[in-house]
Amino acid sequence: MTAQSTSEAVRAAVRDAYREEWGRIVATVIRLTGDWDLAEECAQDAFALALESWPRDGVPRRPAAWLTTTARNRAVDRLRRSAVETARLQEVATLSDDGADPGNAGTGGTAFPHHSGIADDRLRLIFTCCHPALALEARVALTLRTLAGLTTAEIARAFLVSEATMAKRLVRAKRKIRHAGIPYRVPPAHLLPERVHGVLGVLYLMFNEGHTASAGPNLVRQGLCDEAIRLARTLARLMPDEPEVLGVLALMLLHHARRGARLDHAGDLVTLERQDRSRWDRAAINEGLAVLDAAMRLARPGPYQLQAAIAACHASAPRAENTDWTRIAALYQRLAGLVPSPVVQVNRAVAVAMAQGPAAGLRLVDELVADAGTYRLLPAVRADLLRRLGRRGEAAASYREALALPATEPERRYLARRLAELSDEATTT
Amino acid sequence: MRYMMLICEDESVAFTEEEDRATMAAIDAWVQEMNDRNVRVQGNRLRPVSDATTIKVRDGEVLLADGPFAEAKEQIAGFDIIDCANLDEAIEVAAKHPVAAFGTIEVRPLLEA
Repeated sequence: MTAQSTSEAVRAAVRDAYREEWGRIVATVIRLTGDWDLAEECAQDAFALALESWPRDGVPRRPAAWLTTTARNRAVDRLRRSAVETARLQEVATLSDDGADPGNAGTGGTAFPHHSGIADDRLRLIFTCCHPALALEARVALTLRTLAGLTTAEIARAFLVSEATMAKRLVRAKRKIRHAGIPYRVPPAHLLPERVHGVLGVLYLMFNEGHTASAGPNLVRQGLCDEAIRLARTLARLMPDEPEVLGVLALMLLHHARRGARLDHAGDLVTLERQDRSRWDRAAINEGLAVLDAAMRLARPGPYQLQAAIAACHASAPRAENTDWTRIAALYQRLAGLVPSPVVQVNRAVAVAMAQGPAAGLRLVDELVADAGTYRLLPAVRADLLRRLGRRGEAAASYREALALPATEPERRYLARRLAELSDEATTT
Repeated sequence: MRYMMLICEDESVAFTEEEDRATMAAIDAWVQEMNDRNVRVQGNRLRPVSDATTIKVRDGEVLLADGPFAEAKEQIAGFDIIDCANLDEAIEVAAKHPVAAFGTIEVRPLLEA
């Protein structure tokens, strides 16, 4: 191997280790020191040292262990230099990476002993990042920074705020964790279902930010989908018996599989029925279906599994005409029973329209108008149903109503195109 | 660590005498439980905002106002200092407080916790 290809291989090894191990290293140093900033700095240092020494000494047999030990030693050095009380220093220096579980590290107290029996530091980290006492946007940012290893600048770009704003958000969140005593732990069994749900909410929000941005030129935003899937995979490995974790992973995979077909050459949104299904990512679909199967075998259904099952109906239909709309409508009905949300109701109406005809769908939609007021998608859905029923005048009015509401550019172009088609037909017939 | 629980409720909402009695009994039970758990350090109920006086000193002059410092829908009706392992326990303790079911409870760590 030439010197150049060797150093390229080493750089690739460091890059891989960064993607795979950043969260684990940060999580471990936080457990040992209780200091989030120190943990990030030391993880950064460890990767810088790897870039220096791996080309010289070769890539270690266990890169993760090398990086974690290096980061921990840096933490000890830094703490020593800043002359922290000896007791704590000793504790950090002697604790092994995979060693004893201090449970409430950093916040003390034994009233809430750690008894979920899950000891991976990354789990502690993700549950702490996604603690419901933090603002939702802070949970997302903190998860991306500390677990996924995105830089503050990258996260700021992904959420369309200035780097200073994002830095402030992260500082504030970390400060609250320390000052308010948010425990660094996997929640005890009685809190676990609710907290797992909260973590999944953060991951799915992250995914959706990326998914809705797939129209724009913002590649960092699109990368959010990959990060969310990667984090969900990690979580699924760490909590293999949580069906909803598998459900959210399956859901993301099945949605993400369609990314290549969602936009046409002009960057316009292509509706599901018109998408070129040969451009769907078969590998992602198969993985999604397999993960969903594994979730179903646990026989505890939940909202993410139901949504994934709906996505699976679409993904398994070779052509749009083959879609099992009756099953989809039934799944939406079950979903509506679990999560009373206007979005679910609208989608159910669409499915019913497909299964039983636009008139049946319109009846459901019209029941919703009274309920949900100006919910964003409602006028657009109503317009489509009216158009299919041949009620052009009312359809045009609904498209105009939809255009007056906030929407992404491709959505807006879609609505405008439909409206134009209606007026064209009106003038030519 | 120690937290201040600010118990806030809308004073204008009228309760029947019976509802009042039930709430008081429930609060007594909460106090008993938290004392037994060694969670509650101290606490008390406050008289209504109509008995409050707001004080500020500007340019050396003591300025008084009748009533609370801010017009808000909910007013502080009481407080407790609690000593908990962490925020999760403080949340559990606050959520158990009977006023949480109709008012609002703010939990804040003491600076010197």
